[in-house]
Amino acid sequence: MDFSIITTAIDNLLRSHLPEQAAILTECVLVALCLVLAYVVLAIVMIFMERKVCAAFQCRLGPMRVGYWGLLQVFADVFKMLIKEIISIKRSDRILYALAPYIVVMSSVLTFSCLPFARGLQALDFNIGVFFIMATSSFGVLGILLAGWSSNNKFSMIGAMRSGGQMISYELSVGLCMLTMVVLGGTMQISEIVEQQLDGWFIFKGHIPACIAFFIYLIAGNAETNRAPFDLPEAESELTAGFHTEYSGMHFGFFYVAEFMNLFIVAGIASTLFLGGWAPLHIPRLEGFNTVMDYIPGIVWMLGKTFFVIWLLMWIRWTFPRLRIDQVLVLEWKYLVPIGLVNLLIMTICVVAEWTF
Amino acid sequence: MELEFIDKKELRTKLKELRNSGMDFLRELIGMDWGDEGLGVIYLLENSTTHENVGIAVRTTDRKKPTIPTVCDLWKVAELYEREVYDFYGIRFTGHPDMRRLFLRNDWVGYPLRKDYNPSEAINPIRLTSEPSEDLQRSYEIEEEKEFEAIAKRENFMHVDEYVINIGPQHPATHGVLRFRLALAGEEIRKIDIHCGYIHRGIEKLCESKSYPQLLAFTDRLDYLSAHQNRHAMCMCIEKAIGLDVTPRAQYLRTIMDELQRIDSHLLMLSCAAMDLGALTAFIYGFRDREKILDIFEEVTGGRLIQNYNIIGGVQADITPGWENKVKEYCTYQIDKIKEFEDLFVNCIITRNRMRGVSPLSLEDAISYGATGCTGRAAGWACDVRKRHPYALYGEVEFKEALRTHGDSYDRMLLRIDEIKESVSIIRQLIDNIPAGEFKQKTKPIIKLPEGRFFAAVEGSRGEFGVFIESHGEREPYRVKFRSMGLPLVACMHKILKGCKIADLITTGATLDYVIPDIDR
Repeated sequence: MDFSIITTAIDNLLRSHLPEQAAILTECVLVALCLVLAYVVLAIVMIFMERKVCAAFQCRLGPMRVGYWGLLQVFADVFKMLIKEIISIKRSDRILYALAPYIVVMSSVLTFSCLPFARGLQALDFNIGVFFIMATSSFGVLGILLAGWSSNNKFSMIGAMRSGGQMISYELSVGLCMLTMVVLGGTMQISEIVEQQLDGWFIFKGHIPACIAFFIYLIAGNAETNRAPFDLPEAESELTAGFHTEYSGMHFGFFYVAEFMNLFIVAGIASTLFLGGWAPLHIPRLEGFNTVMDYIPGIVWMLGKTFFVIWLLMWIRWTFPRLRIDQVLVLEWKYLVPIGLVNLLIMTICVVAEWTF
Repeated sequence: MELEFIDKKELRTKLKELRNSGMDFLRELIGMDWGDEGLGVIYLLENSTTHENVGIAVRTTDRKKPTIPTVCDLWKVAELYEREVYDFYGIRFTGHPDMRRLFLRNDWVGYPLRKDYNPSEAINPIRLTSEPSEDLQRSYEIEEEKEFEAIAKRENFMHVDEYVINIGPQHPATHGVLRFRLALAGEEIRKIDIHCGYIHRGIEKLCESKSYPQLLAFTDRLDYLSAHQNRHAMCMCIEKAIGLDVTPRAQYLRTIMDELQRIDSHLLMLSCAAMDLGALTAFIYGFRDREKILDIFEEVTGGRLIQNYNIIGGVQADITPGWENKVKEYCTYQIDKIKEFEDLFVNCIITRNRMRGVSPLSLEDAISYGATGCTGRAAGWACDVRKRHPYALYGEVEFKEALRTHGDSYDRMLLRIDEIKESVSIIRQLIDNIPAGEFKQKTKPIIKLPEGRFFAAVEGSRGEFGVFIESHGEREPYRVKFRSMGLPLVACMHKILKGCKIADLITTGATLDYVIPDIDR
């Protein structure tokens, strides 16, 4: 189903009743509202999922008391977070201190708006979509650096420096993997990348180099989101809470939500670039199967794939111990970047020689 | 225990001689206040190969400015031991590079373990201001003309322009209230300054006003993860002094409980190491297994952490019917689960990279720092009290003293796993043969130790735990001193951690596995 039918209908409705500029303004507000709503709902789902997945890995039950099967636990936590006092810190850089969480959330929401949930159900879609994602996702690190710098806390400072070094480094691998897939798709527009995967996902089309890129992307994406085994910026057993040590209330909540949503975004981009986004699973020459798959709506495919990748990342997070900062950087600069570069070359050769499916 | 009193002037010559003749392990350095006979220090030395023991004592009659030459260049652990004695007795060790207080606040007035100490609150009120960090290291030297006159020399430890951070006292990875002041260069550690004493309860001073059966209650609260062993040592020391033989049944129960406690402690160490490294699942797995031991303890002793099980002359309570089977079942379970833990955490490539080669302690240093227990054995030092001076049933059961060679964090962790397996094998040898009979012996209602000095040591969960009692024939001891297992481990940290990363401090702390109440006493 093409979702653009609905959006066009709303657009026409608004334009027929309002002057053009007012219509566009109303649409912008509507889109923003929908985005933020989706963002928050997904964050709540993810927090609940993290708790239950973690509990399953650790032979526990997780939250069980608040609501049936602990379903209301997250709402209770969000409520608690909302009513908590935002503490101001002595001799902190007030403006930057207050600004930092918003930068982090902004970067995350902007990237989120690029994700294609179904055909036509995408807030931002234009011809340099992949570049836009790379740009918006990478300025989140600025917020983290500012948070660490402005908190007037030595632990935060170390955490911020760690995250600066780590996130900027891993940005490289993420970018290389994305470029590898752009080479395969021949376009940077997100919607077109998905359209191209209707007859076969990129991970199958690009076979070996695509698989390598997928693995590197998962590792680097994990590091991008500051999650174990790459959670050095907040390593609670070393730096208490790293860059957000001094934050409380909803300011802390922004960091927390942004961290979870970055996980969702990383998984969402992985499923868009490698696993076909909202494109259903099609196997050539199996018409019956393909028709059945087509009946499943695109949004289910997209969310299903995304949550599958999230589950993979959670599995990693609840299994491995944390790396040390030098090991994190060695892994990136000595292994992932060279492999990524060679892989990009291999993919280019494959595409030029038409060795892709 | 025999002591040889030596004149202060000849102390260093004599001790140097002993050190060169192979007495390379300073078991204990005990500050003493003999009243009119003056203040003094007792040195308990051991030869690390022949396990021969020597006791040396020295005293000084000057109560105002007592000085004794330092031995911290002969045995490195004396650096902290002498600071402790300075803290509690005010004895200044000439030549010691860093004569600061170890446990008490820098603005404390008086020396609390002296017999003439005035505990009045008017002198030392509860201070509500935070303690100023003392960076001036006083050191006292002997001036040539005025013999044994101490003069102060000062040095700065942390410079103003250094990036100093506090790890602790409230920090998730110090496992208690210990505080490290680190001077950092980026992520690298340049200096470590250790501040102890945040939960010092003055147990040794308290002991001097309590009767012998009352002393037992304190031991469980030192290293709470070696509660059984600590109390075992105290009971052994008192039983040795009054010549009381313990029934075979009690010996069996004590040995089994000691080993269960060791498994408990090692499991806790392994899981906490996992947690410190960020592997929370492995942490939960370890704690899940540990709960089973606590259930076993609870059934017999009624306690889970503090069990109060050993008493003078035996044990508090007999085992419940069917308890042996539970222990046997647990042994099978644990051997199976430790494999799972190894697969999940120990053999993980990240763990290996994080731990291998990190903060290695050499054999010489291990002995010089008196780092007993798994830390010493990981460096290749056969320092197991169960083998050196067998007690209870350890002379009869068959077990191997696990040893490794690298002395790094990874070996320290692997050694714990080896020891869990050995402990299970010891329990299996004993559990089916517990002899019938009394589990405790009647003792007099008032126990008085004969005059003299007594020392007993057991292998605690993280090293040698010793109890020293000096009795003057009264109901209460004249002086009690516990050999801390953790203090030597903390003492060697600045040596093995120089140039490491912050993350390595966490790894090292986790694998040294000190317990703060044992350091602070």
